[in-house]
Amino acid sequence: MLLEIIDLAVEVNEKEVLSNINLKIRQGETHVLLGPNGTGKSTLFMSILGFPNYKVTNGKILYKGQDITNLNTTERVKLGIGVSFQNPPAIRGVKLEDLLKVESGQSLDEPELNPETKELARKLKLNESFLERNVNLGFSGGEVKRSEILQLLTQKPDFIMFDEPDSGVDIENVELIAENINILLDKFEKPGLRKKSGLLITHLGYILNFVNADIAHVLMDGRIACSGNPTEILEDIRKEGFKGCIECGRC
Amino acid sequence: MRKVLEKAKKAKNKKAALGSDVELEQFTIENTDEHETLNSIDEVSNDVKNTLLKVGVNTEETDRVGSFLQIDQSQIVSNTMSDSLEMMGMNVALDKYSWLKDYMWKAVKPDTDKYTAGIAITEEEEGSKGGYFIRSKPNTKETFPLQACMFIGDEKVMQTAHNIIIAEENSEINIITGCATGDDVMSALHVGVSEFFVKPGAKITFTMIHNWAEQVEVRPRTGIIMEDNSTYINNYILTSPVKTIQSYPTAYCTGNNCRTLFQSIISGQKDSIMDIGSRVYLEGTGSKSEIVSRAVAKDNSKIYARGHLAGAVPDVKGHLECHGLILSDDALMYAVPILEGASSNLEMSHEAAVGKIDEEEVQYLTSRGLTEEEAASMIVRGFLSMDITGLPPELAAETKRMIDFSVQGM
Repeated sequence: MLLEIIDLAVEVNEKEVLSNINLKIRQGETHVLLGPNGTGKSTLFMSILGFPNYKVTNGKILYKGQDITNLNTTERVKLGIGVSFQNPPAIRGVKLEDLLKVESGQSLDEPELNPETKELARKLKLNESFLERNVNLGFSGGEVKRSEILQLLTQKPDFIMFDEPDSGVDIENVELIAENINILLDKFEKPGLRKKSGLLITHLGYILNFVNADIAHVLMDGRIACSGNPTEILEDIRKEGFKGCIECGRC
Repeated sequence: MRKVLEKAKKAKNKKAALGSDVELEQFTIENTDEHETLNSIDEVSNDVKNTLLKVGVNTEETDRVGSFLQIDQSQIVSNTMSDSLEMMGMNVALDKYSWLKDYMWKAVKPDTDKYTAGIAITEEEEGSKGGYFIRSKPNTKETFPLQACMFIGDEKVMQTAHNIIIAEENSEINIITGCATGDDVMSALHVGVSEFFVKPGAKITFTMIHNWAEQVEVRPRTGIIMEDNSTYINNYILTSPVKTIQSYPTAYCTGNNCRTLFQSIISGQKDSIMDIGSRVYLEGTGSKSEIVSRAVAKDNSKIYARGHLAGAVPDVKGHLECHGLILSDDALMYAVPILEGASSNLEMSHEAAVGKIDEEEVQYLTSRGLTEEEAASMIVRGFLSMDITGLPPELAAETKRMIDFSVQGM
C-alpha cells in the first residue's frame, strides 16, 4: 500500500472538518475525490500534505509503510509526495525559474536553468520569458495550472495530489494539462506496470474525460459517503446530484 | 562666501531634525596627507580590494570609466578614462575652476544642522578637506559608470566629504558610489554633503552601496537641483549593519518636465538604526517622481522608511511605494509616507505596507521540498531584489549583480 489513511479526523481552527476518513491507494492507482464545494476535499489534501493549520485529532496517515502523521510538509515532500494547488499564492520577487532550479536540485548560482526543465516548459507552452516572471504573480488560470504541472514534472514525485486541476482553464489547455497529468501518473504504461499514484480532487469531474481514474470517492460533510467505479458514480451524480450518493445502497 | 561661514557658525550646535545626535568631539578629523596617494585604484591591498568589491567598486576597473578613492580625509586615487567626463578631488577642482565655489551650498544649506555646519566652517577656515567633483560635458553620453569610494581606514575618525556633481546640458552620466570601512575599524563617523546639478535635458544615475562597520554613524546630506527636462535616478542599497544612519536626500524639480526616481533596498540587522528617506519637491509643471523602497528589519534593528512628495504646481505627478518586512519581535519598522499638494490638477499617491512574511507563501514553498528556513530566506531575497529600473542594460545587469551580492548570505 502506498498511502493508507486510517480513521482520520482533522480540525481546522478548533472546528472538526473531517472525521472517520479511511482511504487506501496502491502503487500505480489513480483515485478521484468528488464532492460539492465546502465538504472538506481541500482539507483532506492539506492534511495529507501536512500543513500546520490542519490538526489531526484522531487516526493516522501511512505513506510507503511509514507513519507520516507527525512529519512536517517538507519531510513528507522529500518522501515523494507532490501537489498541484488550486489557487497557489503569488510570491513577489521570486522567479519561477529559480524555484524550478531548487526543485530540480540545481544551485541558484548556476546562471542557466537545466535544459531538461526548459524542454518540459516548452512542451507546456511556457516560454523562457515566462520562466523569468515572479511565481504566480499575474498568471492567468491556465498559466497557474501549467506552472504547477511543470514543477511536478521537475520534482518527479511518486504520489501526486491535484486540487481542481481544470478549474479556470480553457478547453484547449485542459487537454494539455490532462496529457501531462497522464505522463506524471504513468498512464501511458500498462496498468500493471504503473509506478506512480495520484489523487485527483474535482467537484465537477470534467478532467475525468481526459484522465482515467481507477476508483472514485465522494466526500460529503467531512466523511467519505461512498466509493466505487468512477464512471458509475459520476453518472449517478449527474442524474441525481450529490444527494443521491448518501442514499446510494452500493456505498 | 562670508555668508556661508556666518550661517554655519550659527548652526554649529544645531541638532539634526531627524536621527540621534552624534557627539562630534569623540571623533578626530585627519589631515589630507595621512594616507599616501596611489597611481591606480588597483594598488590598494587585497583586503581593501575585497571590501570595495562588496560595495560595487571594481579595482580592476572593468566596465568603469574612472575611479575616485578617498581614505579617511586623504584623496588616494582620482582618474578618468573618458573624454566626456571629469572627476577630481574637490581641492584640485576648486583651484582649477573659480566658478565652482558658486555651486557650493546651493543644493544643501550650510546651516541645515551641525554636520553641514561643521564641514562649511572647516572649508571656510582651512580650505577643502575632502570630497569629489564630477562633471559631464555638454551633449555627451557615457554609458559606463564612474566609481567613487569613501573608505574609512582608521579607528575613531570623522570622515567628511563635500561632493559636487554637475551634468551639463543634454549630457548623461552614471555614477557608482561605494562606502565602506576597513576590517579593523570599529567606530567612526561619516558625514558627506553631496550637491547635484542636473542641467536642462541631462540625466544622472547615481547608485550608492553602503557597507559600514557595526559602530559607525553615518549622516549624508544630499540635495539635487534639476532644470527643464532633466532626469535623476537614485539607487540606494544598504544590507549590512551600522550603528546609526540618517539621510533624506532631497530633489528640487525646479524646471519643467523633470523626472526623478528614488529606489532603496534596506536590510536592518543586529542593533542598526536606519532612518532613510527620499524627498522630492515638484516645482516645475509636467514633472514626475517615483519613490520606491523595500526594507527588511531583523534582530533588534529599527528602520524608519520615509518618503515625502510635495507638489507645488499643476500637472505634476508622484507616487510613493514603501514595503517593509519585519522578521523579529524585537525589530521595529516605521513607515512614513508624506504627500503634500499645494495646487489643483496634480496627482499624488502612496502605497505603504508593513508586515511579516506571508505564511501561505512559506507553506507553498515547503510543499516543493524547501524547509521553512529556506523558504523564508528565498522570500526575503525575492522581496529585496526588486528590479532596479531606469538603467542602461549594461548597468542594469551590473546593479542586479550587486544587489544579489549584497542580499546573499542574509
